[in-house]
Amino acid sequence: MDNIAIVGVAQTKYAKRKKDKTCADLVFDVTRAAMEDAGLTLGDVDNVVTVSNDFIDGRTISSMAVGDAAGAHDKNISTVEGDGTFGALYGAMRTLGGFGTTLVVTHAKGSEGDVRFITNGMFDPIYQRLLGLESISSSALQARMYMDRYGLTEEDFARVSVKNHANGKNNPFAHLQLDVTVDDVMNSEKLADPLKKLDCSPVSDGAAAIIIANESHVKKAKTKPVWVRGMAHCSDAYLLGDRDLAVPQSLAAASKKAYTMAGISDPLKSIDLVELYDAFSYMEPMWLEGMGFCEAGKGARLLDQGVTAMSGGLPVNPSGGVLSSHAMLVAGLARIIESVLQLRGEAGQRQVENAKTALAHGINGACGQAHCVWILGNQK
Amino acid sequence: MEKWLEQVEPLTFKGQIAVPYTWWAGETGSLFLMGLRDKETIMGCRCNSCGTVYVPPRRTCAQCFTDTGEWVQLSNEGTVQSYTVVRFSHPLQPVEVPFAYAMIQLDGADVSLVHLIKKDLDKLEKGVRVRACFKEKSERKGHILDIDGFEII
Repeated sequence: MDNIAIVGVAQTKYAKRKKDKTCADLVFDVTRAAMEDAGLTLGDVDNVVTVSNDFIDGRTISSMAVGDAAGAHDKNISTVEGDGTFGALYGAMRTLGGFGTTLVVTHAKGSEGDVRFITNGMFDPIYQRLLGLESISSSALQARMYMDRYGLTEEDFARVSVKNHANGKNNPFAHLQLDVTVDDVMNSEKLADPLKKLDCSPVSDGAAAIIIANESHVKKAKTKPVWVRGMAHCSDAYLLGDRDLAVPQSLAAASKKAYTMAGISDPLKSIDLVELYDAFSYMEPMWLEGMGFCEAGKGARLLDQGVTAMSGGLPVNPSGGVLSSHAMLVAGLARIIESVLQLRGEAGQRQVENAKTALAHGINGACGQAHCVWILGNQK
Repeated sequence: MEKWLEQVEPLTFKGQIAVPYTWWAGETGSLFLMGLRDKETIMGCRCNSCGTVYVPPRRTCAQCFTDTGEWVQLSNEGTVQSYTVVRFSHPLQPVEVPFAYAMIQLDGADVSLVHLIKKDLDKLEKGVRVRACFKEKSERKGHILDIDGFEII
């Protein structure tokens, strides 16, 4: 693969209800900020990828409504409907396909719709949607299956929530900055067993943008380039009942491909930090297993042993993760942006010391049907 | 944020999108749904190549990427593989809370069917045996909720 790098990043602060900004305002702000970060002008941007979802935006072909705000006037513009990591992967492919630079921008204002109705729309309309399934109840089925398979407890998941909310306090962009204890999580409102309110991510509004450059264009930017060393995505079956929900097999497949591309054989040794898509607390240990950082069923032990803490060998979600800020679709691109800031040494209070290689991760579909894995490095 | 915006309620506009869709259930889906409606039977289908028995049935085995061929009548009883008791209310839900969603592997099937359990929620655990309860014949209309729910045996 030719070398490509991320040379500009920007994100908004994530918040419950951004009443002062429209979707286009958010896109405009992060587009300008990503260019400013890179030291590039709109003339340096060769093509634009927007990431949006019609159900979230409440209009059809929602991408067309933010093209102007993304600086795409008279430019090549295309759209990914899915998580930002998948949009970024497509943007990377465009860059590898001959464009010098690609801007990838994603936005969401979950506060303007009803997330339960929107996520119910993920399910097939004949057999599952009419049952009323949505994100929380379907994830609860996955969490329960995972617990039963490996003898995990609700407290195992609560500890993830405690860690990530504490990390979020170091992140000025985070929606939630909470001091919570295991008891707080355990005593929070029961939504769908075993998930309680503090096991679940908030509904956040926000936007994020990155600029990906081909090696020949990297020097135009003023930033330290963060190199894309590996990337892959894989998807599992659509219907929940067809999948073994306790085993993220598409994540394992995607991770393996990304590691191979990056020349990584021992991820625990080679990767310095992980930013993963923890829409629910149980997801963090489960995804770490899929990523091959430990054996199946041992993800919670990584936390108990302190490995995933800020002071551990593999800090996971130093930003506070998706549990602290969940702007749908944006949240995956935010994982890439957080990894970039870490690798540039610009992550402020949440900086992982001497970070050279990071894994950023996004999911699409119910219960992590599809996973996208990025290996980023400050060396080629 | 501009300061003046903090002092006022934002101007918002209520959405008006309510798009009617009519999804054709398809040949396979129709046979399955008519089986629920007319015979209180749950039909699956078997992949000719790998032998996996799917329910809901479908035309294609994604693993083998071949047409599934044979129809299989499944038992109305099965085993709970996972479940969740839902405690928040939402207009989406077809029944009052608390109720459970369960992934149920019917006897004779290789995958799970997601459906509702309304009673004995405190007895739910992995491995419990359940049976499909159908709505009264006059209320059945060829719908996944012609199975009113599953009850613990």
